[in-house]
Formats: sequence, structure tokens, C-alpha cells
Amino acid sequence: MKLFVSEGNPHCLKALAALEATGVQCGVQFVNHDERVVPFLSRPTLPALALPSGQYLFSSNAICRYLFEVNGQECSELCDQWLEWEATVLQPALQQALHMAVLQGKSSEVSKVLQGPINVLEQSLSKRNTPYLTGDSVSAADLVLWAGFFPVLSDSSLTLGEHKSLKAWFDRVAAMNACQSAAQKVLQGKGLQGMKSYMQRQPAPQSSQCRETQPCNSNSAEEEGGERVVSEEEMEAAALTWSKGLNTCPPATKKQHPILPQEDKRNVLVTSALPYVNNVPHLGNIIGCVLSADVFSRYGRLRGWNMLFVCGTDEYGTATENKAREEGLTPQQICDKYHAVHSSIYKWFQIDFDYFGRTTTEKQTEIAQDIFWRLHERDFLIEDTVEQLRCENCQRFLADRFVEGICPHCSYPEARGDQCDKCGRLINAVDLREPQCKVCRQTPVIRSSKHLFLDLPKLESQLEQWLEKSTSTGDWTANAKQITRSWLRDGLKPRCITRDLKWGTPVPHADFKEKVFYVWFDAPIGYLSITANYTSEWEKWWKNPHQVELYNFMAKDNVPFHSVVFPCSLLGAQDNYTLVNHLIATEYLNYEDTKFSKSRGVGVFGDMAKDTGIPSDVWRFYLLYVRPEGQDSAFSWADMALKNNSELLNNLGNFINRAGMFVTKFFEGCVPVMELQEEDKKLLALVSWELQQYIQLMDKIKIRDALKHILNISRHGNQYIQVNEPWKKIKGGDSERQRAGTVTGVSVNIACLLSVMLFPYMPAVSQTIRDQLNAPPSCINTMLEGNGTFVCSLSAGHRIGAVSPLFQKLEADQIEALKKKFGGQQPEDEPPKKKTPVRNAASAQSAAVPAPAAAVEVGTVNQVDPEKAKQLTQAVAEQGEKVRALKAQKAEKAVITAEVAKLLDLKKQLALAEGKNPEPAPQKGKKK
Amino acid sequence: MALRELSSLEKYLGQKKANKYSTQGDKKVPVLQNNNGPPLVGLVTIACHLAKEAKRPELLGDTAESRAVVQQWLEYRVTKLDSCTKEDIKTVLKDLNLYLQDKVYLAGNQFTLADVFVYYGIHPVIVDLAIQDREQYVNVTRWFDHIQRYPGVRHHLPPVAVLRNRIYTSRHH
Repeated sequence: MKLFVSEGNPHCLKALAALEATGVQCGVQFVNHDERVVPFLSRPTLPALALPSGQYLFSSNAICRYLFEVNGQECSELCDQWLEWEATVLQPALQQALHMAVLQGKSSEVSKVLQGPINVLEQSLSKRNTPYLTGDSVSAADLVLWAGFFPVLSDSSLTLGEHKSLKAWFDRVAAMNACQSAAQKVLQGKGLQGMKSYMQRQPAPQSSQCRETQPCNSNSAEEEGGERVVSEEEMEAAALTWSKGLNTCPPATKKQHPILPQEDKRNVLVTSALPYVNNVPHLGNIIGCVLSADVFSRYGRLRGWNMLFVCGTDEYGTATENKAREEGLTPQQICDKYHAVHSSIYKWFQIDFDYFGRTTTEKQTEIAQDIFWRLHERDFLIEDTVEQLRCENCQRFLADRFVEGICPHCSYPEARGDQCDKCGRLINAVDLREPQCKVCRQTPVIRSSKHLFLDLPKLESQLEQWLEKSTSTGDWTANAKQITRSWLRDGLKPRCITRDLKWGTPVPHADFKEKVFYVWFDAPIGYLSITANYTSEWEKWWKNPHQVELYNFMAKDNVPFHSVVFPCSLLGAQDNYTLVNHLIATEYLNYEDTKFSKSRGVGVFGDMAKDTGIPSDVWRFYLLYVRPEGQDSAFSWADMALKNNSELLNNLGNFINRAGMFVTKFFEGCVPVMELQEEDKKLLALVSWELQQYIQLMDKIKIRDALKHILNISRHGNQYIQVNEPWKKIKGGDSERQRAGTVTGVSVNIACLLSVMLFPYMPAVSQTIRDQLNAPPSCINTMLEGNGTFVCSLSAGHRIGAVSPLFQKLEADQIEALKKKFGGQQPEDEPPKKKTPVRNAASAQSAAVPAPAAAVEVGTVNQVDPEKAKQLTQAVAEQGEKVRALKAQKAEKAVITAEVAKLLDLKKQLALAEGKNPEPAPQKGKKK
Repeated sequence: MALRELSSLEKYLGQKKANKYSTQGDKKVPVLQNNNGPPLVGLVTIACHLAKEAKRPELLGDTAESRAVVQQWLEYRVTKLDSCTKEDIKTVLKDLNLYLQDKVYLAGNQFTLADVFVYYGIHPVIVDLAIQDREQYVNVTRWFDHIQRYPGVRHHLPPVAVLRNRIYTSRHH
């Protein structure tokens, strides 16, 4: 099965969203607008779905309907009615509206044209009072209507202001991951303009001037098509594997610490970016590094690889110093306190570190200073003098954000030491007029201070040579390669590695006493020192590139430090270090439709997840299901409930529970004799294929894509049970009873396989399933061998344990309550005392921090206006989008600057409306 | 027009009980008053409802694939066909002709509601065609003739003669 779509075609939105939402397996191909895919239609018509029978569906609504039905959700009459309404009433109006907006530039008239349909929809939604058009769950109608409205609503001239029910419904559907991803693929964030070339071809298609279409980067595994034709050979092979039974070799013994590289094994060292200690991690941080790395290392252990997974808290830096001052503790006390917070959060999320350490240790000093001396001896460090502001009162040099003054360019009175919020220009702190120390308000003086720089230009060619090899032989995510390339393209400059601070690893050089290492230099060394704290033989991992493969997991803002800067330190130190082989970077996870923000109380933070009453495994499942793999994604409560109820409860849980219950109820708890027929072998082949896909994807760290194949297996299983109806056959004659036995036996064995495949994602549920099935321990190391071996692990006569349901439904009211609770505007849990609104002193702190720490600040109390704040949040998001788009298009600098200024202004207004100091968020680690 | 179609469908389905209909808006979209719930709106929606009520689900297709194909042609009927201009007609006929080249019915080998409603919708077009044109779209006319002769379908529409009885062929081979 294959879906043909084109960029900028609004009808393709429907089909792609439905495809994602249903998870039906189907290849996707992007073609030009004027490609004639459907052979019997003289006009190019897209989307088009090539069905397994060779027929084509050319109506987007019929495609959506079909995908939902294949997924077991047949259209209700109400759904039929909406689809018909969409095709006959809404579409003609939309075509007119889009024509005016896109081609004639009369977007102001759009709302007039759409008034009628909008009213109909609003009335119906407010009357029915259900979250979705046809009830409590998403139907084809929701996606089809959403896709109809999406392009016009993405243009700000049309708002749904007074149409509350419609807006609520639209936002709910739009927050679905499937919709966001479809929108991104079809419109690529360009809004109406993205549809121009499509609209120009309507209704009379003309010569081709289409933009080059991008291949869909979705699932390569799905290219094969949904209802695969299973060949005889596949069926026989699957049946043969099945009959082999479990390995006789004993299951992998429990981990023996310390884990060290072994001669005859694949030795895999996994690190996850070190979370910054004074920040409670949010869901985005968790999925971005520790959870992804955990899934991979659990998987690797199942594959029989020799894995070591280390992580720890990154504890040095100005942010810690400030936090300590605020809380009246020493930096060490702050670190101790927050290290414990981090540990407990990861424990709750079942992150199975082999060792979770910290950077403030003796080993850190030892190793960092060793690397420093080696770089120094090899002449890779340069000395230079830097002019800096120093506050004599506070007895310290002021990092950029510790100082405020008058902007030398626009005379804005509250410009910061690195940038002016008003004009947006970058500032050198010493150029500020009337500078003030932000802590004590004294006037600082200019002092020159000597610093050391890592000579990156000198290391550049070595780095490039190594990168060439690592990126071509290892698994680097596309964003990691691209970010790295862009750093190199701009040329490397020397980077300062020292700072005038106290809380850090001291620089051992006599000329630089009083100074510490800059965190970007210091923090990645934490990987080594944390390992050294785990085992004295740490060098067997870190100075052993021939035996060890290193995987780094992180969010994308951390890429340059892991791909360029840290490797340069290690290459320059020339001590046969293990350098990264596989660099896995996620995109960002948004919260509902906004960003996680600690200061605004928006989002779910690690320590709050357990208070929701939703089990850790379900959290893990959903975060991995929406893992920002390849593109940004969003966390949405409604979607989480939907995925829990449709995938976990109705699909996976239902299948496993039924299989177990049949054994218990019909066969007294003993697995019946199985006599495989053609149909059973076909199922074994289908399941084996899914298992192979799973392994191929997991080997390539496509964690989210691999998860879909687990769910496909239970879907196959449910269908198999549904068709064979063992509950009826068990009441029949001998041969029918025999059939019921085979179907039950095969099903319960699939359940056992599922428990193994689920292990990396949902360890507790996985164990529960195996407990319920009383599965032999060796099943866990048999099934994921080689390309995947689905064997009969519960043979006839095996007695299973007590079976009970695995998942619970998430109710709509429960989810609404949670959404409200975590939706922001909640009172700050900290007292509104006057705090020094200090940012992370430097971008470089993101060296090993998954995301820039959001500054918590409650300055002077302004008038808080939540409604206005909401509007402004939206406006900021839109303006931000616009700026990004301009930058992506490489628009003129003046144009960008003007838009950036607007953005900054909006942000300031937003901060005011929220009752905070009008300061923009700290910069991300983009400085070079 | 739509109401006549629905009434013909009711007769074809052999339903005795009188359904209450009204229409909505300028386009006279049919509305079925329903005693047990909210009214149903739209020709296709109502037609599918009637087929299900008459326990004839096979008229909507017997597999997921054929159900989607049936819905697709029903939609085609109420969108493309109902709003087609003089210029469009040729394209519609050409496409249908090609599509029906290897098919007995719109959904393949099985008679469905798609045949009924596309037939109703295309009837005025076929009536207007010159006999030569009808012969040009031979697969469409074959299908059309087949459906209009299908027991119980035609009802409110006059039969259309689609083929001449040829005494001799017009071309020399």
C-alpha cells in the first residue's frame, strides 16, 4: 500500500494526519502536484492511495475513512454526515477562501466566505458538548475538518475568537501529534504561502514548475506497504524458527559490576547529556537524553551486547553559585540537594543507569587537569587578555549577564552585558554606558584579565578527518550531522576555557590561579570522571577506541559541544581517547502548543509526573511514542489519553489479556497443543517481519519508529483472534476445539514475544506480562538474537500464572483536570521575594545541559493579566515562527532585524503581563 | 431531485414505512427526520443509512477496500458530478470510461449504492449525449445500460437507448 502526496496540497494534510493517527502501515511518496498517479484520471489528483488490490483511492475523505476502518474504527453515521458536509459545503467555500487569500492577497475577506460553515460547526459542537465531532474519540471526520480549516486558520487574519467550542475542538485536534507532523510535512511551516504553487494549479493545472519535493523522512519501514503479501518461503521460515524453541543456554546473569569491556563482545558505552543540577528536569529533558539512552541500553542488553550506561549531574558554574546565594546555602549543599532530586526523578522513571554520578568530584579535577596539561604541553592553548568588568564591592568579575547599563547604540537604559533587549544588537559589556553590577548596583571597573583559549583552528583538520570517518560509519542523526557541518563551514575560532569564578574545577596553571575551567570545557569531561568514580579501570572504556563504541544521547542544542568542541579537547590531548561513534540528538518536545516553562508553571516537570497517578510505564510509553525523532513534537494530554486508551488499552493490553484469559478459561491455565495451519504460519511470518523491522530500527536508534512495530504485532494478533473466534470454536467438535487451542497457543506466545519487545519501553509492564504468563527467563535473550527469532517459548502443557488487565483507561475528566493543573498561571511555589534575576552566566553552560535553564525570576510585582498573557504567548509564538522562517529563507538582514525587534518587544510585553521582569529568555548555546 | 432518488432507493430496498424528509438551504440538501435521534443530513449519508436499515450492508461494499471505493464514488457523485460544467463533462466521461474499462460495476464485480447514485447523477448527461458520443464512451454506456436495467433501480427516470442496432459496421476492416 502506498500513499502519494504533494507538498502544499491541503487535501494531503488529511491523508497524512489520518495515516499517522491510525498508525496503519503504508509507504508515503511525495510527488509533484502535476504527477498523474491515478491512471484513469486525466487531471492530476492528490492525495492518492494505491490499495493492496491495485485499485486507487483518489478522494482524500475516502482515504481517511479507509485508514480508520483498517485500524478498526469504522465511520459512524454522524461521521458520514460530517464527511459529506465537508466535501459538499465546506470544500467549495474553502476553495474560494484559499483562492482569495493565497492568490489574490485578499485574506481579509476569508472570514466572510467561511462564516456560514463556521457557524454550522460552532453550533453543532456547542450543542453536542463532546470533545470530538462524533464523540469522545477522534474520528476520520475530526481530521478531515481540521485539515480543511488548518491552512486558513494558520493565517492570522482569520481567528476563531468568539467561536469557543470550535476553537477548543480545533486546538484539541491540532495538538495531536499526527496533525502537527502532517502540517509540517505538507506546509513546512510556511502557512498559506506554502500552498501557492498548488493553488496556482487549481483548477487548470499547467506546466510543471514545482518545487523539488522532499522525500518524506518518515518510516522507511513503512515503505513496504501495509497488507504485505507473505510468501511461502517466509511462512515456512517463520514456522521453522517457531519450532526451534528456546535457547538452552542460560539466561544472561545479572549485571556484574564493574562492567568492563570484554574481548569477544560488542562493547557499547552509552552516555546521556548531563542534566544541570539546579534545574528540575522537564519531560523534554527526560525524553531528550536519559529516557532515550535508557531504552537503547536496555535494548542493547537484550541483544547481548556488553553495555555501560553512565550519566550524572553537571554541578559547576555560576547558576549554582547564584542558587546557593538565593537559598543561603553553599554551592556544595545546593548540589547535594539537587543531585538527590534528580536521582529520585530518574528512579521513578526507571532509568536504569549503571552509574549516576556527578561532576564535583576529585576524579573530575584530576582528569580535567590532566587533559588541560596535555593540551598545554602540546601547544593547543593560547593566552590572551580580555577586558572585563569587575565589581570591586562584590570582589569578582561580572559575567555578561551580571551587568546592566545604557545601550551604546540605542540608549535603552536596561541593556544587558551581552545584548540589548530593545534594539537586539549584541554588545560588548565594556562598551555599556553607566554599567552597574546587577547584584549590588555599584559601578564596576574595567580590568583586564588573562585567559586561556583552546586553539580550535589548529585542531580543525584533525577534527574534520575524524568526523568524516565517524559520521560515515556511525549512526549520527541528521540534525547532528547538519549542525556539525554548519559549525565547520563557518570556521572554528579559539574558545576561551577559563573563567573568573569560584565554583568550578580550578585551573592548575600558576598564572591562572583564582580561575576555574569554563563549564563547556569541564562538563563533558564529567563523562570520564563519572566513569572513573564507578570503576578504577575507567580507562578500559575511555581510552580504548578499538574495543569500545560510544553512543552520546542529547537534545539538539548540545550537538556542537559533543561533535566539535569536546572531540577537539580529546584529540588535542592525544591520549588514545574513545571518541563518539554515534551521536543521537532529538529535536524539541513542546508542551501542548507552547514551550515548557518552569517560571510560568507551564508543563510537567520530572518531580510532578508521579503525582498525576499515571504509572511510570505509561509516561515512558507516551514520551517515547511522541519522541521528537526527526522533527519537533508535542506533548498533549488529550493525545496521551487517546494513545493510552486506543493503543495500550484497546490494542496491546486487550490482546495480551485475551490471549492469557483464553488459556485460563478454556484450557485450565495450560497452553494447549498447537497444530499450525496455513493461516497460523502466515501470522507467524507477519509477526516475524514486524520483529525484524523492530530490530533494524532499534539498531539504528529509531526508538519511536520501532515502537510502532510492537503495536502492529498486537494489531495482527487482535485480528487473528477476531477472525478465528476461539471462544466459539471451543464449544464445537473436536477439530474445532483443536483449532481454538492452536489459536490460543499462538496468541499467548505472541504475548510473550511482546513482553520481550516491550522491555526497553515499559520495563514494569514487560515483567508483569512475563509473570502472568510464567514465562521462562530464557525467552528474553532468545527472541532478539540476530535478525529476531520468534520461537514458541510457551510450549504445550506450560502452565501460566494468574492473568489480569495491564492498563487502565484514562478518563476525559481526569485528563481535563491534569491539563488545567499543569496549564500554567499557577501560583509560583516560591515566595515572591526579591531575587537577583541572574541568568546562566553564559551560553556555554549548555555544554552538557539538555536545554537552557529557564531563569526563575519574580521581580517587581507587575499587574498580572493572564488573558493578555495568553494572547501574547500566541503572538510571540507566531512572531518567532516568522523570524525562523525568514532566517531559513535567508532573508535580508535588515528585514530579519526588524522582525527580531518586534519579537523582543512582544516578549517584553508578555513578561510584563505575566508580572515578571521584562527580560527575554536566556540565549541558547549558540555562541561560538 | 434528491428526494426522488431517495424514494426510488426506498422502493428498490423494498421498504414500506414512510420516511419523513425535508430539504435544507438553496441546494435543497435532503434531511431525514429521525424519531430516535437527530435528523440526518445529506444525500449520501441518508442513502447509506437506508441501506444499513434495510439490512443490505453489501450495497456499501463487503470489504474495507470496497467500502472506501463505494464512498469515494458516492462523494464523486455529489461533488464532481453535481457541480460539473459543460466543459467538465467530457473529462468526467473520459475518466469514467477508462475506469470502467475492466469493471462491471464501479466497485468492481459487485453492485453497490455507488452504481445507483452515479447512475442517477449521470442520467441527465447521458440523455443529452448524441448517439455517436454515447458510442464513443462505450464502457460508460455499457455500464449505464446495465444499471438502468438492474431490477428496481430506474424507477423515476426514463430509460435511455444507448446503442444502435447495427446492421453493418461503419468501418471497413
